[in-house]
Amino acid sequence: MSALQTVKFYQTGTFTVGNRLLAPEERSVQANMQRTNSLNSGHRACQGCGEALGARYAIDAAMNATNRQLIAANATGCLEVFSTPYPETSWQIPWIHSLFGNTAAVATGIAAAIKVKKQKGQGQDVCVVAQGGDGGTTDIGFGCLSGMFERNDDVLYICYDNGGYMNTGVQRSSATPSAARTATTMPLGPEPGNPFGQGKFVPAIAMAHEIPYVATATVADLRDLENKVTKAMSLRGARYIHILVPCPLGWGTASHDTIRMARLAKETGIFPVFEAEHGELKSALAIRRPLPVEEYLRPQKRFAHLFGKNPAVETIARIQAQADKNIRRYGLLSKEAA
Amino acid sequence: MQKPFAITLNPGSSLANHTGSWRTARPVYLDRLPPCNNQCPAGEDIQGWLFHAESGNYEAAWRHLTRDNPFAAIMGRVCYHTCESACNRGKIDEAVGINSVERFLGDEAIKRGWKFAAPEKESGKKVLIVGAGPSGMSAAYHLRKLGHTVTVMDAGPYMGGMMRFGIPKYRLPREVLDAEMQRIADMGVTVRLNSKVDNILEQMKSGSFDAAFLAVGAHIGKRAMIPSGDAAKIVDAISVLRSMEGEDKPMLGRRVVVYGGGNTAIDVARSVKRMGAEPIIVYRRTRDKAPAHDFEIEEALQEGVMVKWLSTIKQAGDHQITIEKMALDDKGFPQPTGEFETLEADSVVLALGQDVDLGLLNGVPGLEVTKDGVVKVGTDLMTGHAGIFAGGDMVPAERNVTVAVGHGKKAARNIDAWLRGETYAPPPKHEVAQFEKLNPWYYADAPKTVRPMLDIIRRQSTFEEVQGGLDESNALFEARRCLSCGNCFECDNCYGVCPDNAVIKLGPGKRFQFNYDYCKGCGMCVAECPCGAIKMEAEEI
Ligand SMILES: Cc1cc2nc3c(=O)[nH]c(=O)nc-3n(C[C@H](O)[C@H](O)[C@H](O)COP(=O)(O)OP(=O)(O)OC[C@H]3O[C@@H](n4cnc5c(N)ncnc54)[C@H](O)[C@@H]3O)c2cc1C
Ligand SMILES: Cc1ncc(C[n+]2csc(CCOP(=O)(O)OP(=O)(O)O)c2C)c(N)n1
Ligand code: SF4
Ligand code: SF4
Ligand code: SF4
Ligand SMILES: [Mg+2]
Repeated sequence: MSALQTVKFYQTGTFTVGNRLLAPEERSVQANMQRTNSLNSGHRACQGCGEALGARYAIDAAMNATNRQLIAANATGCLEVFSTPYPETSWQIPWIHSLFGNTAAVATGIAAAIKVKKQKGQGQDVCVVAQGGDGGTTDIGFGCLSGMFERNDDVLYICYDNGGYMNTGVQRSSATPSAARTATTMPLGPEPGNPFGQGKFVPAIAMAHEIPYVATATVADLRDLENKVTKAMSLRGARYIHILVPCPLGWGTASHDTIRMARLAKETGIFPVFEAEHGELKSALAIRRPLPVEEYLRPQKRFAHLFGKNPAVETIARIQAQADKNIRRYGLLSKEAA
Repeated sequence: MQKPFAITLNPGSSLANHTGSWRTARPVYLDRLPPCNNQCPAGEDIQGWLFHAESGNYEAAWRHLTRDNPFAAIMGRVCYHTCESACNRGKIDEAVGINSVERFLGDEAIKRGWKFAAPEKESGKKVLIVGAGPSGMSAAYHLRKLGHTVTVMDAGPYMGGMMRFGIPKYRLPREVLDAEMQRIADMGVTVRLNSKVDNILEQMKSGSFDAAFLAVGAHIGKRAMIPSGDAAKIVDAISVLRSMEGEDKPMLGRRVVVYGGGNTAIDVARSVKRMGAEPIIVYRRTRDKAPAHDFEIEEALQEGVMVKWLSTIKQAGDHQITIEKMALDDKGFPQPTGEFETLEADSVVLALGQDVDLGLLNGVPGLEVTKDGVVKVGTDLMTGHAGIFAGGDMVPAERNVTVAVGHGKKAARNIDAWLRGETYAPPPKHEVAQFEKLNPWYYADAPKTVRPMLDIIRRQSTFEEVQGGLDESNALFEARRCLSCGNCFECDNCYGVCPDNAVIKLGPGKRFQFNYDYCKGCGMCVAECPCGAIKMEAEEI
């Protein structure tokens, strides 16, 4: 159960976006009629795009937390392409498009410029966010990102993880889950889909840098996501939030199932939702209704080859083992993880 | 402006890009019929009044509830609450305690002295109601609200009908009954007690009534042929219960045999137990076949009432009776076994059901009676005689207070239309909000609140109310367990989850609107609406 669900009972508590029974100050940023809508209507994301949703959730919360004093640098990828095809933009915040691989460095530069201007007595305190997809973060942008961490630059980096290079036609990234079909990991041969590699879970790598704040979140737990962004904005130095954003196109799911898929990822233990400070795990969002990974895999066409006439029992068991490991490592079933 | 190659828009906001054109299906808001409402025999808008109770606005809740049923405190005690069996929350953990919240609201209304307003306009039409039971008084309430001049005549000395002379005090305290009856009279309804109607047509003529609603109930105890000696004391259940109300308590002796397996048998047995006697129920079939509700049998057993299942009375004599053991055949009917037993019995109380006294209807042209001795009515509750309507226990229907109250409302609406020379057309029913339409993820875990019960010693020796009520915080908790099936409760989910900002929030109490200029028709708002208040409709392309 969410940490915000207090003893008092409010029907849907903090599970829903709003709740007329809660005091106004206890309501979410998204429930507010005056929310920024940082990523406005008219963008060209697919129907039911999790990345568009996650970006609005996160940036609206950041805008709210910083009194709208925010600049964002954005790596190449769906989020940039669907929001800002020249000459129009959906962004209602100062926003700059970097290259595919250098957005962390661009954000560092902006933060440095703000710092210098402040030292010179010009300008005010403006916070900096860098954002990109999993490809731009865990692959090509990884060097810049690690540098930003290591120098403890005053930037919040947000990775929107949809498990692949979706913008260019669903190629594999180092965040693509094992066994998933992508354009470059076809379901052929003895180990169909994305091979089981060593894995590369960037939140854990970020923790290894012992930066002030690392968190994961999904679009299925809005209040948790907003709280993490708000908390991150209250800190200085390098911060990292990794948000799972299902992609109907790349995952082969129905457009109305985006939030459901994120919820299933969390409830099965496939995607651990937690936060860490200075390299130490601080809390995890407990699984509320435990489910086997099959429930998560089955609705996705990118895993269709695991089912059908001869289900790939062994592969499914290996994926279950990954989830079980998450559950153990992050304490996802413990009562304290609340 | 001359635009570069492949550029169609001026520099600026993406709002110029109307993504609504991508849509093949559109979300639309709707109100579905909650299963509880659908089930309620009195047609209450349960979800609607719980919505007000959820925010602690109890008066608004009570006023909303009493739009359909003026007797919240009575309902909260004697209604068999079939709504709760239909409640969708039952599929998550346990049904919402609708009945306990209803009682809380009814008790609040009595405590705070909330009243019904008299109608703003008088219609000038006069309606006679025969019978001040739940059906008659419900009709009086609704007809009075519609501005008619209403006179209720009852043969008995108090209002309430079978709720006073049948249902025992320990289930329905008389202060509660009186308060809710008097509140109807206070709307300007004339109630004439101790006034039996012997001939309905004459009564209507002499009082120049434009229409009548009959709700005389079913009060004649059915007899059974039991061979008995002169010394045997055999009485019927309704007269026993009726005499409980007066000063002279019935003289039944120590060992009282109650014959029958319905709610009346249980109530008699539990009442005589409280007077210090030792009741024993004799019933010809098994417990699961008995018409009494299982919870009532359970409560009677807890209080020490004895039961002989599968038994019939063969003979009644002086301070003893003979019973015969029965066995169920393949079809589940009891058959005699030839095995006999003698029981000590100072009296035998027959609780075998009731018939309707149709005396007042003699010679009414067009009136039809079924072979079960109840009055035939149309779907508008009008009898075969124009202008005379009937409801409650005297017409073919389930016999309980809630059905009777529902008939009162329905009759009032039909009488009102009939008086204007029209026919009443009920508003079309919305589709039912089935559980499959909900997204239960969003509801917080919350087990049902249990109502307190009186301790067993006092249940065996006094007529104090057995089941207690909820206090304010309990009632609020229980109301908030409601899922608001099929009706928006302003959770803001649709407003939040739309990736395209295509939901416009109109503000508290005003709900939401879609912005079809940008809605791409992904259906996420539909999937994530907890209560099923949005649906997708195919777009005409
Ligand atoms: C022991 C017992 C327990 C019950 N318990 C429950 C319960 O827990 N829950 C529940 O829902 N139902 C219960 N019932 C059933 C319920 O009481 C009846 O279904 C309900 O009262 C019927 O309402 P009514 O208005 O049709 O008639 P009644 O309540 O019977 O009222 C009819 C009224 O008409 C008057 N009357 C009759 N003839 C004339 C006349 N000619 N002129 C003037 N007045 C006349 C009578 O005096 C009476 O006041 C119980 C019934 C019994 C017998
Ligand atoms: C240096 C460089 N290489 C390749 C590309 C092409 N490219 C644009 S977006 C993209 C994939 C983006 O994937 P990800 O970062 O995961 O974002 P998503 O589109 O999935 O949101 C690629 C390969 C590029 N723009 N620059
Ligand atoms: S949850 Fe509420 S609206 Fe739904 S059936 Fe139960 S009481 Fe009615
Ligand atoms: S979530 Fe938004 S885009 Fe999707 S159907 Fe609903 S209103 Fe339309
Ligand atoms: S999602 Fe919430 S706010 Fe939207 S229609 Fe459903 S109940 Fe109402
Ligand atoms: Mg990606």
